Amino acid sequence: MRSVSIFTVSALLVATVAVSGCSSVKPWVKPYERDNLADPVMSLSRHGTADSYMHHVYQARESARGAEGGSGGGCGCN
Amino acid sequence: MAATDRQRLVRSGLFLLALFGHQAIAATLPVDNVDVLYHRYEGGGMVIDGPSVLVRKSIGPQVSVSGQYYVDSVSAASVDVLATASPYKEERKEYTFGIDYLHDKSILSLGFTNSSENDYEANTLYFSVSQEFFGGMSTLTMGYASGWDEVRRVGNDSFSEEADRRNYQLGLSQIITRNSLIGLDLEVVTDEGFLQNPYRQNRYIDPNDSTAFLYQPERYPETRTSTSVAVRALYYLPYRASLRGEYRYFSDTWGITAHTAELGYVHGLNPHWTLEASVRYYRQSEADFYSDLFPFENSQTHLARDKELSSLSGTTLALGAVYEWKQTSLPGIDRLQFSLLVDWLNFEYDNFRDVTAAGDFLPGDEPLYSFDAYVTRASLILEY
Repeated sequence: MRSVSIFTVSALLVATVAVSGCSSVKPWVKPYERDNLADPVMSLSRHGTADSYMHHVYQARESARGAEGGSGGGCGCN
Repeated sequence: MAATDRQRLVRSGLFLLALFGHQAIAATLPVDNVDVLYHRYEGGGMVIDGPSVLVRKSIGPQVSVSGQYYVDSVSAASVDVLATASPYKEERKEYTFGIDYLHDKSILSLGFTNSSENDYEANTLYFSVSQEFFGGMSTLTMGYASGWDEVRRVGNDSFSEEADRRNYQLGLSQIITRNSLIGLDLEVVTDEGFLQNPYRQNRYIDPNDSTAFLYQPERYPETRTSTSVAVRALYYLPYRASLRGEYRYFSDTWGITAHTAELGYVHGLNPHWTLEASVRYYRQSEADFYSDLFPFENSQTHLARDKELSSLSGTTLALGAVYEWKQTSLPGIDRLQFSLLVDWLNFEYDNFRDVTAAGDFLPGDEPLYSFDAYVTRASLILEY
């Protein structure tokens, strides 16, 4: 019972910090500060189909699969 | 035949990138473009090459449609083929159609891929939602794909099996500073059905002659679930160049765990030319039911000697040059990008022996197998 209440209190504390954190933290990299991030050298999928082809090659030779990404890169400002 | 190679090629497909490729520009539809690729893989007795053409066009401000045609022309004489079959040639064709819909700060994507060859048919339907938030500093993407394949066997018209697959994907792209960003990805894949290679075989010691071995068919479990988590980081250096680091952890219900690490560098020479280089290292453990040499026939429920299920390590060294022309003077073309990329891959197997090696070897004493391959990609992207 005691452990449950400690867990509950901890969860509430974490939730409170998270919620208050979200409300007070503002996006700190403004759109006009993202020119470096928008440079093609910062893209994870710059080569389009040629990038997906490499994932294809690796999935054929290796057992691991998934989470190849393409997430990230660019800045959402173009 | 090296059907597993082909099955894996088919199963992996190109749809995953189609699924995730857009989120780099979430809340903005992908730019209208034509993406033409020539790809060539040569090594380990295999030559696989062919073209790929992707055309993307927007319809109004909120919708973008795309179509892709992709070909693998395969000429196979790999170690698996040489051990138990004859070299062969074949072709695989893949068609993908996709539609993206932009609504406020989210993009909904829907697509379908069909891949066909003489003994394998694969279909995949995918759906993803990408949402930008936190002032455009964060992009969350959720994806789901469902695949249904038909496995056939050349020379046996009555042979037909099915394999189904589901992919669940979650990705987060986060800007950290004005010079750095990270990406986190999670993907769970489940398979059910005929997951083995109908051509490949495994070997066991001949009960009548311990200096020889015999072959028997592969027998895999009918289900597999795998989980991958990956983290990527990109950093813009004080001059026009970027440094990239990636790590992925993989684990599946067949007892395989794998680690992938990659480091990349892109260097801007001038407004037109960039050079890039990367190094990648991969390591995996073997499946629970894998053995290079089983002690006797049907010695366990599941039997595999597929070298991709052996413990192995792989190293890749890659070089590339990219020419980019923004605001071209070409009529109707806004941007042109030409890339030439060459990768050298090396695979070393810890528990897969080369039965085709010259010389007299007792079963299990043959040299361990290894091979290297070159992958060449020539890509032209025209934005209009």
